[in-house]
Amino acid sequence: MLTHLINGLQLGSIYALVALGYNMVYGIIKLLNFAHGDVIMVGGYIALFALTFGLNPVISALLTVIGCTLLAIIIEKLAYTPLRFAPRLSLLITAIGVSILLQNLAQLFFRAGGRPFPSQLLLPTGSFSLGGVSLAYTSVITILASIVSMILLAVLVKSTKLGKAMRAVSEDQGAAQLMGINVNSIITFTFALGAALAGIGALLYAVRFPLIGPTIGAMLGLKAFVAAVCGGIGSIPGAMLGGYIIGLLEMFIVAAGLSRWVDAVVFLVLICVLMVRPTGFMGRNLMEKV
Amino acid sequence: MLKVEDINVYYGSIHAIKGVSFEVAQGEIVTLIGANGAGKSTILKTISGLLRSKTGSVTFKDEDIGHMASHNIVKRGLAHVPEGRRAFLQMSVAENLEMGNYTQPKATMHERIEQVYQRFPRLKERRKQFAGTLSGGEQQMLAMGRALMSQPKLLMLDEPSMGLAPLLVEQIFEIIQELNAGGVTILLVEQNAHMALTVANRGYVLETGRIVASESAETLLEDDAVRKAYLGG
Repeated sequence: MLTHLINGLQLGSIYALVALGYNMVYGIIKLLNFAHGDVIMVGGYIALFALTFGLNPVISALLTVIGCTLLAIIIEKLAYTPLRFAPRLSLLITAIGVSILLQNLAQLFFRAGGRPFPSQLLLPTGSFSLGGVSLAYTSVITILASIVSMILLAVLVKSTKLGKAMRAVSEDQGAAQLMGINVNSIITFTFALGAALAGIGALLYAVRFPLIGPTIGAMLGLKAFVAAVCGGIGSIPGAMLGGYIIGLLEMFIVAAGLSRWVDAVVFLVLICVLMVRPTGFMGRNLMEKV
Repeated sequence: MLKVEDINVYYGSIHAIKGVSFEVAQGEIVTLIGANGAGKSTILKTISGLLRSKTGSVTFKDEDIGHMASHNIVKRGLAHVPEGRRAFLQMSVAENLEMGNYTQPKATMHERIEQVYQRFPRLKERRKQFAGTLSGGEQQMLAMGRALMSQPKLLMLDEPSMGLAPLLVEQIFEIIQELNAGGVTILLVEQNAHMALTVANRGYVLETGRIVASESAETLLEDDAVRKAYLGG
């Protein structure tokens, strides 16, 4: 039981990190960035190649985070910035297009099949015992790394000049411009920040499911999107809550011996949440919107 | 200080501003008056860089700002309090003022926030509240205080009296005069033409995107046509 709880928290941490990227970008330009999951896929490949190449795990992790961040900035500049004043639907369709493009580029360059991810080169394997419960190092590190990232993000958004500017832009771009805020650079920064979290998510996801293929980002992205919607689209604490709820839910379904039903149940939950509370659990808490 | 020459602004195919030119000299209070839809707000938005003119030029302190991004215009000392205040409703009063300080040094920020609180004591009482919980008058004070944080040389105010009780309107106009006495040049857009002309040195009358009169404020207050159209007879 406790093992399942830890596993659920581990998975939930990953979903929460990815969902944060969705919600930050949605908060600032009202775009559901469907290419977000595929940025994570690219991050998985960067980590895979860096580690296989024999690079130090810390450097590999840094390369992954930097790679995801740069990729997101390039996507934002090339695909989204020219559409700043276009209808939101155009932006959404573009995001789906970027997602398909990334998946196909990955297939072209890295072949369609999955490649095993050398997790043991990144994080220590094995487990330790705490009060009679056996805990895998990877689970504990995943949970801690996510929580630390989320705390840093929360502090950044709440207290720094940049974070406050992000909130100002998310609320009223015109008024933010009149304050002297360069709205374009704040939007780019938000994408970069979401992608940095996605980079961390990519590392942790690859450790949890050590098989990297061109489509791994698609399902992870969808699950994290469900988490974002359940938590409250646009809300940062909502993304965290939604991530943990979906992660725990999946693990308990697995624990109940219904592992083949996991995806169906997750999407059923999405449908139910949309019917009963379309704004998500914390969607009303507009105070923390970014 | 500010010179607007032959600007033409379009919303899609709608020609909103048709060859408008005017000037604001240092130390003046100048008002643009006109009916709803005459283009007053559009002119202010064009000056602050939120909209672009297809022709002509906007010069501020001898520098062409017609093609400059909004955030760079603010840095040069031109602040714009937009119509409807547009305070950041989900941020606290203090955070709103910090946003006003965005282009200014952090070292002197608290000092200047205190100055805003002295001018608007109500804001100090409510500094930790979200701006969305403030009344309309308080939000107007916040929007003005926020603009003052950028240490403007020229302050553009768009309908500062809109939706406020008469007593508050008088307060706001007193503050406008105080600011002007303190050395801030003011460009004021108002539907409350009587109030605006009472405090202003000069006024321009705007009709459907064109300037139809440019006179001293006293002359406009006496003018029959203006009285009929904007001052209730």
